[in-house]
Order: sequence, then structure tokens, then C-alpha cells
Amino acid sequence: MSTATLDSPPAPADDVIPTFTVTLIIRRFNPDTDDEPTWQDFDVEMYPTDRVLDALHKIKWEQDGSLTFRRSCAHGICGSDAMRINGRNRLACKTLIKDLDITKPIYVEAIKGLPLEKDLVVDMEPFFASFREVQPFLIASSKPEKERIQSVAERARFDDTTKCILCAACTSSCPVFWTDGQYFGPAAIVNAHRFIFDSRDEGANVRLDILNDKEGVWRCRTTFNCSEACPRGIQVTQAIAEVKQAIMRGKP
Amino acid sequence: MTEYADGSVVDGVHYHQFDIVIVGAGGAGMRAAIEAGPKANTAVISKLYPTRSHTGAAQGGMAAALANVEEDNWEWHTFDTVKGGDYLVDQDAAEVLAKEAIDAIYDLENMGLPFNRTPDGKIDQRRFGGHTRDHGKAPVRRACYAADRTGHMILQTLYQNCVKFGINFFNEYYVLDLVMVSDGFGGQKPAGVVAFELATGDIHVFQAKAVIFATGGFGKIYKTTSNAHTLTGDGVGIVWRKGLPLEDMEFYQFHPTGLAGLGILLSEAARGEGAILRNSEGERFMERYAPTIKDLAPRDIVARCMALEIREGRGAGPHKDYVYLDITHLDPAVIDAKLPDITEFARTYLGVEPYTEPVPVLPTAHYAMGGIPTNIQAEVLSDNTTVVPGLYAAGECACVSVHGSNRLGTNSLLDINVFGKRAGNSAAEYVKTAEWVELPEDPAAGVRTLVENARNSNGTERIAIIRRELQESMDRNAQVFRTEESLTEVTEVIHNLRERYKNILVQDKGKRFNTDLLEAIELGFLLDLAEVVVYSARNRKESRGAHMREDFPTRDDVNHMQHTMAYLSGDPMSADAGDHIRLDWKPVVVTRYQPMERKY
Ligand SMILES: Cc1cc2nc3c(=O)[nH]c(=O)nc-3n(C[C@H](O)[C@H](O)[C@H](O)COP(=O)(O)OP(=O)(O)OC[C@H]3O[C@@H](n4cnc5c(N)ncnc54)[C@H](O)[C@@H]3O)c2cc1C
Ligand code: SF4
Ligand code: FES
Repeated sequence: MSTATLDSPPAPADDVIPTFTVTLIIRRFNPDTDDEPTWQDFDVEMYPTDRVLDALHKIKWEQDGSLTFRRSCAHGICGSDAMRINGRNRLACKTLIKDLDITKPIYVEAIKGLPLEKDLVVDMEPFFASFREVQPFLIASSKPEKERIQSVAERARFDDTTKCILCAACTSSCPVFWTDGQYFGPAAIVNAHRFIFDSRDEGANVRLDILNDKEGVWRCRTTFNCSEACPRGIQVTQAIAEVKQAIMRGKP
Repeated sequence: MTEYADGSVVDGVHYHQFDIVIVGAGGAGMRAAIEAGPKANTAVISKLYPTRSHTGAAQGGMAAALANVEEDNWEWHTFDTVKGGDYLVDQDAAEVLAKEAIDAIYDLENMGLPFNRTPDGKIDQRRFGGHTRDHGKAPVRRACYAADRTGHMILQTLYQNCVKFGINFFNEYYVLDLVMVSDGFGGQKPAGVVAFELATGDIHVFQAKAVIFATGGFGKIYKTTSNAHTLTGDGVGIVWRKGLPLEDMEFYQFHPTGLAGLGILLSEAARGEGAILRNSEGERFMERYAPTIKDLAPRDIVARCMALEIREGRGAGPHKDYVYLDITHLDPAVIDAKLPDITEFARTYLGVEPYTEPVPVLPTAHYAMGGIPTNIQAEVLSDNTTVVPGLYAAGECACVSVHGSNRLGTNSLLDINVFGKRAGNSAAEYVKTAEWVELPEDPAAGVRTLVENARNSNGTERIAIIRRELQESMDRNAQVFRTEESLTEVTEVIHNLRERYKNILVQDKGKRFNTDLLEAIELGFLLDLAEVVVYSARNRKESRGAHMREDFPTRDDVNHMQHTMAYLSGDPMSADAGDHIRLDWKPVVVTRYQPMERKY
């Protein structure tokens, strides 16, 4: 889990929940006017249980309408709002203010390794292009009349990697990806894994060939940044290791 | 006439040509694309990346009478759907839904969807509210599911298959207008749509023989909602502004179990797996209201019972203003296997540990039963019976009507698959013989004005404040309980907000990624749709399904067993809604089931 709230007590049920002032320092970039990004401070009144996304909304809605970021679901399910918060890739909608050290300002900037478009928005096209390249769809020749049969254990084998929301937190936290934008990156490998280990799929060898490429799994240096970044708790590094093994030993 | 060739740029406007344009890349839009794409030159235009669509937030399941775990059949499913919708369901459409459900599930499985499995390897099924064995005898296991992320898996699977078929996507393009021209017989037909490209601020015209709207819901007219920030009803609003009708807009579903204070949904699957609603006294109050199926009564009933418990002083918490959803008696292993995401929401956002503590919940605005009227081929109607040739709608933005006045859980993921597929097929069939419809002179004019007016807004009113006041008033006056008085109040609020909306401030004057400007435009749609909801609700002087009028507390089949049809008929700025909204009725299609009292 990316937000460690398990051990924090339930919010106090007092009549007035206190607010406090939080300073956000946001890396701004306006492509129409700026050559270089600059940092800008904003003070906002927040509740401890507010999310960083709420703080960004407060700024946009009450102070500076030009502050630009993506968001949709606001509860960690659509993958729109991965950003660097205090140097770590997180979803703004899943990061509670109280879980950050609010005695210091909160630094917010766009994820790294993808072209910066405006403020917290990057160009996601290269990321989705890598995803599409690993043939992320079921390849199966049989035409069953009803459902294909799959045992509970077979289904469990790839459960972890089905959870991916394509938020790019993993890929954009990877130092290899920062220096070599051609690297497929963890998210594409996670999505290949989801099919390689699906008992119904027959395309594993094609995908393993693709990932055996020089920009494939062998670029991974097992720094674990991706697993730490993943807001869905996917064991990303382990998935990559399993794909490496499958390449060496043939289809699982 | 100016020729607007595919790929040309005229006066800064980009022109494209496709046989079929699908607006929206949620479940309904992508299911349509998978049918239409291989048969005709198709484009999908979406304001979000497809995988960001709110279908991905759906949790609990998708209904189909597969009978994998116990006896079931599509006729029982049809009956439950009709009864659940308090008999305002068009029964021919409900029959299509329940029959085609079975193939819809097999289609998804064959496309790769990783459903949970039974011990013998088939698709597993679980209970959900209002789905019963043999016409109400007991709950039945009908919901096919993938943990509590069924919608996520559907959205991913459909996107994966769109990648497989090489579907053309225009992502982060906001469609803001539908181009309609005369069909030569006194009616109108579509010639294409006009979109605003987020990345550049450029305007694009997509000429098309057929247009499918699949733009989802509009939960953001309310403050407490399970819907995404982006669910602002643009598609429904665009169609409304063209003078086409909207059906049954007063029926808006409040889901019983939103996280208190936040509205984030905790799926009904929790109750399907055994969770219990309790009041401050720890009482399982649903036993009193629905003795047979208790916590698994349909949503309208459960939401009202919760509101009553709170009103009568049995709410929990320091302000006695919520009730509890209790799953502490479930085995943690079952919770982890079947409800992992929603329990994490409770931990993350409320700091409550569902293994050991009950979770505070409140009804949350969830689903629009009403929308763009269509027939069972997903063709859009311009009145009670006339089809608009080449125009289709499917999913939450549409009203077929399979949900009537109250949708059963798991029937929407089903709806988007069944009627998304039908829309794709109908459009593909239509474009085989349809001619190109010539674009009018400067088809982008309307959108250019809309965008430039928004960009040049230098007033004093904050977009967010107007939106917040709208949402708060809707929560207060047009939620689970409604009266003439409350609806009149919110009508006035909307009119005043419209006046203030003329004087808004858009601070971002730039071209690229101008989300400030888009929020202003989205607010315009919200104001329009909220007014239609409220005005339709005022006119329905009975209580049925999700529409509970305290001043007319019973169902009135003599006068009101009919669909509402609302039309924009004048200047929306006029103070009296009656001067610009015209209401009409449309008969309900009744085939097998005569209305009965709804008891559970
Ligand atoms: C939290 C939650 C849980 C749910 N759980 C269930 C469940 O368990 N079972 C069930 O049956 N139903 C469930 N529902 C309901 C169901 O998920 C939705 O009704 C359904 O997914 C809607 O699908 P859709 O394709 O119509 O719209 P969406 O998935 O909302 O897609 C709308 C699409 O339209 C696009 N769009 C919107 N406006 C524009 C525009 N102006 N220009 C271009 N594109 C635009 C968006 O980008 C998006 O791609 C749930 C709903 C919620 C909110
Ligand atoms: S693996 Fe995790 S971090 Fe990476 S894209 Fe998927 S959800 Fe995001
Ligand atoms: S807004 Fe959807 S993941 Fe954060």
C-alpha cells in the first residue's frame, strides 16, 4: 500500500476538526511563455484527512486557475494523477496530507522521464506506446462456446499484475528509463506478465521475444523503485524477475 | 459550399472524416468500437485516456443468468429488472438485456477478462441487491465478478482489444458540439461532431455518417457522489442543447454505501458477501423494512431506510448523521480475496480498519437512470417514436430504458456491454448504405464562440464556487427525499447561478492544456442538466423508485406510469423554467409483467 494509514488512529470525532496551513511548492511550467520550469509557493488551509489532490484543487479553484494537472476518479483507480510528491512518485488522490511531514513544505512536480507539457502534466504517449508494443491482449486460438475453463490457482497466478491502472508511477521512477527513454519500462513488462502467466494465453513466446530485445527486461537493474512507487501494491520487480526467468527457461 | 477534406486545415480548424465517430471511451464506447472498428472506418474521441474512464471504478459485478453456481434463467433476471425499476422499465429492452447478458459475459471472458472462478474453473457468481430466484423467493448468485474491480477489468479488457484491433483514438479531445443538418424530410440528422484538443487548444471537426454518444453520467451535479470529477454530462448536455429530448431525468440513483463525508463507493458486493447495515443501536434495521432480502433490497429502498434511520435519531457517530456497514464478522481471508479494494478505501480515506471496525456510510449520488432516449437498436429518438438517422447512444448517457426508475446493481456494466455492442453494430450497418452528409458552412463556429467566450471571461465569479453552490443545493433539495418546496428552492438557485455564470472568471488565457477553460464549459453542462433533473422531478407528482416525493408518497400508476420526456424549448436564461423546458410523457413498453406492489 502506498499510503501507510493502517497504524494511524481513526480521525478524532471532535466537533471542530482543526485545519492548518500547508505550503505547497509546485514546479510550474507554462509552455506558451516559459523557457524553463520554476518553483512557486502556495499556502492553503487543509484538514489532515485531505488529499494532496484536494490541496491542488484548492489552489486551482481559489487562487490560480492556471495550475494544471490531470485527475478524474479521486480515489486511486483511474491512474490520472501520478506525480512526484516530496521526491516520491505517488497518486495525489491517494496521498493524505497527514501522512506527509507538514512541518515542512510539500514539494510537488511532474513525473520524470516523459516530456513535460505544462505544470504537472507530461506527454503520456511514449508510455502508452510501450504498453501497446508488448501485445497486451489475450492471444488464444480456441473458440469456446461458453467461457474458457481456468482453475482458481491458474487465475491466482497472474492476479497481481491485473491490478495495473497504467498510471506510470513505476516507469517514471525508474533510473534506467530516465536515462534511456527507449526502455520498455516496468509498466509495459507488468502488462506483458499479466498475459504471459495467464493459462488461457498462447502468445507468451511472442511477448518474451519482444522483451528479450535490447530495450527489454535485461535493462532492469533491480533498483526496486518501481515496486515502491506502485499505488496498487503490485510487486513490480518480482514480475520483471519472473519474465526474465521465463525468457531463460522458455514459456512457463 | 466549402469542401472540408479529410486532413485539411481551414481557418485554423482541423477536418477529419470517419464513417463512424464514437464519443467516449468508457465501457460503452469501447464495446461499440470493437464491433464497429473492424467493419467501418471508425474513430473514438475521448476527453480522457480510455483507461481513465469511470467504468474502471465499478466494483461489484456484472449480472448474467449463467447459472454457474445455482439455478437461474434470463426470465427471472428480466422480472427482477422490471420490478427493481418499479415498473417504469421498457420490458422489451429488459428482455434484450437479460437474454444477451449471457453472451456479453462470454464475449468478455473470451476477450481475456480474468473473472474469479468456481472450484471447477467456471466463472464464479455472487449475490447482489434485488437479484432473486424465481420472482423474489430468495437472493440468487447472478453477478459475475473479478474481486471488487470488475469495472477495472472490463475497461482494461476492452482497451486491450481495441489495441488488438488497431482502433483509432483521439485522446484528450473534448467533444463540445454535435453538427446537425436537415434530413430533407422536416427532421435533422448528424453530420459530425466538433472537438477541442486539450494539448493544443485547437478545434477539430469530425465529419461522420454516424455518431455514437457514450459519454457516461453526470454525478457532478451533486456534491456527495461516487462519480469522477470528469463526469459532467457533456454528451447529454450537447444533445439537450440541440433540442433533442431527454428521458426520465428525475430518476437519479443514490447508492446506499458511500464512505461518509466523501461519497467514495463501497460496493454492494460487500452486502452480497454478507455485510450488514446497522444503526447507532447496533440494530440490523433492514430486517424491519425488507424481511425477505434485508440488506440486499434494491438501492432506492435501502437508501431511503438509511435516511429514515438517521432522521429518527438512530444515526451513528458524534452527530448521529451516518450508519454503519459492518463486515467484522466476515473471515479476513474472504475480505482480502473478494473485497480488497473497498476495504483499502476505508483504511486510506477514513482510517477505519474494516476487519475489526464498522465503516461509516451514507447514500452517495451514483447513477443516472435517465438520459438520451433510444430504442433497443440504440438509435436516438427525437420524440416518442421518431428515430434520428445516424445518431446512436449507449451506456449511462442513454436511456433505453432498462433501469426504469431504479437500476439494479450489476445491470449497468451489463447495459454498457449489451447496448454498446448493439450501438456499434447498428452504426456499422447504417454506414454501409448511408451517404455522406454535407457539413454546413463553418461547422466549428459554435464551438469557437463557446471557447472564446470562456477564455475571455474576466468576471468576478469563481467557477468552483458556482459549482459548489449548485452541488450543495442539489444535495439538500433533490436527493433521496424531495418536495414541491425543496424542488422550487433549487430551481431558483439554478436560475441565479446561471445569472452569475455569465460573470465568471477564467484565469488561464493560454491555449495549451487549458483545464480552467474546460471546467467553465463543463459547469455550463452541469447547470443545464441539474435544471432538467429538478424540473422533471417537480412534474412527477408521485413516488416511484429513486424518486421519492414526500408530498406524494405513493406510486400513481393511473397518471404516472409513463416516461418523462423533456425538451429545450426556449431561452435557458428565462427565469421561469417552464418558459424554456417543455415536458411530455411517453408510454412504457409492457409485455409480460403488470405492475404490482413492490415488496421484498
Ligand atoms: C464507483 C462506481 C461503482 C460502480 N459499480 C458498478 C457495478 O459493480 N456494476 C455495475 O453494473 N455498474 C456499476 N457502476 C455503474 C457503471 O460503472 C457505470 O454506469 C458505467 O461504467 C458507465 O459506463 P459508460 O461507458 O457509459 O461511461 P464512462 O465509463 O463514464 O465513460 C465515459 C466516457 O466518455 C468520455 N467523455 C465524456 N464527456 C466527453 C466529451 N465531452 N468529449 C469526449 N469524451 C467525453 C470520457 O472520456 C469517458 O471515456 C458503478 C459506478 C461507479 C461510479
Ligand atoms: S504497475 Fe503500478 S505503478 Fe506501474 S503503471 Fe501499473 S499501477 Fe502504475
Ligand atoms: S484521480 Fe484517479 S487515480 Fe487519482
